Amino acid sequence: MNLDFDFAAEQPKLVQLLLGVVAFCAVVALLLLLLGGAPAQPRSRPLAATLLLRLLGPAPTRARVRLLLPLSRLLGRVPVRQRAWPQAAVLLAPALVLLGIGLVVPAVRTTVLSFMNGDGTAWVGLDNYAWMFTQPEAVTVLRNTLIWVLLVPVLVTAVGLLYAVVVDRTRFESIAKSLVFLPMAISFVGAGIIWKFVYAYRPEGSDQIGLLNQLVVAFGGTPQQWLLEPPLNTLFLIVVMVWIQAGFATVVLSAAIKGIPAEIIEAARLDGASPLQMFFRVTLPSIRSAVVVVLVTQSIGTLKLFDIVRTMTGGQFDTSVIANEMYNQAFRYGETGKGAALAVFLFVLVTPIIVYQIRQRREAAR
Amino acid sequence: MASIVLSNVDKIYAGGVKAVNGLNLEIRDGEFMVLVGPSGCGKSTALRMIAGLEDISGGEIAIGDKVVNHLPPKDRDIAMVFQNYALYPHMTVEENLAFGLKLRKMPKSEISKRVGEAAKMLGLEQYLKRKPAALSGGQRQRVAMGRAIVREPQAFLMDEPLSNLDAKLRVSMRASLNTMHERLGVTTVYVTHDQVEAMTLGDRVCVLRDGLLQQVDTPQNLFDKPVNLFVAGFMGSPSMNFVNAELVRGEGGAAVAFAGYRLPVPDATFAEKPGLDQYIGKKIILGIRPSDFEDSVAANGHAGGWVRLPVRAEVTEELGSEINVLFLIDAPPVQHQDTVAAADAGDDEDATLPLVGDKSLWTARVNSRSHVRPGQNIELVVDTHNLHFFDPASGLSIGHAANARV
Repeated sequence: MNLDFDFAAEQPKLVQLLLGVVAFCAVVALLLLLLGGAPAQPRSRPLAATLLLRLLGPAPTRARVRLLLPLSRLLGRVPVRQRAWPQAAVLLAPALVLLGIGLVVPAVRTTVLSFMNGDGTAWVGLDNYAWMFTQPEAVTVLRNTLIWVLLVPVLVTAVGLLYAVVVDRTRFESIAKSLVFLPMAISFVGAGIIWKFVYAYRPEGSDQIGLLNQLVVAFGGTPQQWLLEPPLNTLFLIVVMVWIQAGFATVVLSAAIKGIPAEIIEAARLDGASPLQMFFRVTLPSIRSAVVVVLVTQSIGTLKLFDIVRTMTGGQFDTSVIANEMYNQAFRYGETGKGAALAVFLFVLVTPIIVYQIRQRREAAR
Repeated sequence: MASIVLSNVDKIYAGGVKAVNGLNLEIRDGEFMVLVGPSGCGKSTALRMIAGLEDISGGEIAIGDKVVNHLPPKDRDIAMVFQNYALYPHMTVEENLAFGLKLRKMPKSEISKRVGEAAKMLGLEQYLKRKPAALSGGQRQRVAMGRAIVREPQAFLMDEPLSNLDAKLRVSMRASLNTMHERLGVTTVYVTHDQVEAMTLGDRVCVLRDGLLQQVDTPQNLFDKPVNLFVAGFMGSPSMNFVNAELVRGEGGAAVAFAGYRLPVPDATFAEKPGLDQYIGKKIILGIRPSDFEDSVAANGHAGGWVRLPVRAEVTEELGSEINVLFLIDAPPVQHQDTVAAADAGDDEDATLPLVGDKSLWTARVNSRSHVRPGQNIELVVDTHNLHFFDPASGLSIGHAANARV
């Protein structure tokens, strides 16, 4: 099975780019050719038949026509619903082709590779998966990912919700929301670097350049190497993620809170709800779908988290997560099989969340 | 149950807008009081101040004999029904009804008893397990009522509760509201912009305009004895016809002259309206209810002593039992601020005829036996005992008891 597509990779960079452009143009041109020639009245001559004629040559011979005519009649006679199929196929083809090249083939290839050894030359069965679930260094990665997935969505939602409720209908609401939303504009890598400075360490006695250690020193403590000591260092990385994402949660949840009709809040006040009862029995149930959206997007985002860990620790000191380890194994250590196995496992983890999200959306649409 | 007393209540919004201005109103124990007025008149604000949803800028509100100015809404022992129902969408009907009781830590058995009773009374028993989204508008409205009923409060406050329903349902809900009030006898304050609702529901009706109280009285008294041009124009549909006229005394007694017509004013009218005689020889604004007209043919001699008024029907609106005849009279429309305000607010079904020259459009409501067609000339008779006279400067009704004191 040759799924390497190496012929392109061996070319110089510019040629690679050119090949991509040519492939894209070819698809578009094919599409234009097919659509441009479509008859104005599909009933008189079904598109599929036209396509068949076209594909068989610009000037069909009598013999070809004789061959094709019954076929096109057949196509012309089937009900509209079924006749739409060939047209749909033509229209969908470019997207399907691109999806296939970009998604399906790599997915299949990754899955296949996950059953092979480091350089993809021999089958090893489930060895890579066994490694993932038994070897300490791999289990640590899974454990870290679990901590991330359990903590980040909950923390992000809680912080966002709290913030949204607290600033709701205050005088500084828009400023406050802009401030908390600002980190969203910073890339994960940028945020990682910023927070690396926050956590920076200088030996006791010398000037601290990290904010956190400066605070610790100011209160009479001794500076710590925050990112070096597991398992707390994972929590310090999680803080960065929460810092970035809390703004997103705030904005989404704040909009949902504003969407609750004022009369419902007033009715609850008349019914005698205290602020806490109001929050848990009226506000929270009313914005349930928005909370689910935040939880789900954060879960997915956390599962595939890579940048923060890569920038701040590179996965050292027991901080690695699946996505980071996948990259390390596949591209740094040359263990393609293990990297692929991690990728497949990540995919398996994300799938149920996506399924849940789609179900939710369908329910909401109903 | 309790009375509600508002004394000199003001509401001033940030920016200095005075939504309610020195409102004095006493709602008696068990009374059905309707606040009515055009939008922006402050009626909803007044209601929300009673509920405690708006701060009171000045004055005092008492429920029962307790001043409630600084009590939070939940301690005022009132229940409110909102225009858009304001049901909790994530709770079933049963939970919606029970929510207020649960928060008040009422025992479970009592809650289920009250919910059961209210559901039975409102015909909601088979919907108890449903969520509001699965109910029709009328059913939601009943749940909203039920939520107020189970609380057994001192007073019900209703903010245009029927205006989201279609016309037919509104009529039947109006009837059930009436029976409900009859049965429970709870003090009710009801806000609406619909004067028909106000007339049919209220024990008494309070007409507001620009935050100022205009008149509080029974519906019939509001209709028969409006205190000023605004109330006269706002209450009643189709609305009252107005014209600038002159009160004169000639041979054969007093008369009011306008647009080439002369209507005699009976002596009884002068007796009823003290001070009217002082206006003889002066300008006044004359008001005639459309229902005080009749087609002379259809009236069939019943109109003894009524005055005849030959007009040309421009437009007719056939309502089955009656016909609205729209006709032009040769006088400029009355441009008093009160009549303009009332016309803007009222849900007038006036056909907009292009008014040629200085003519004003009047409406007469005649019996359908008249069979009048547009363009026909007909002779209308007027019941001159029901003429309304207003001061052209102040817009106040001449001879009204409330204005005599001023």
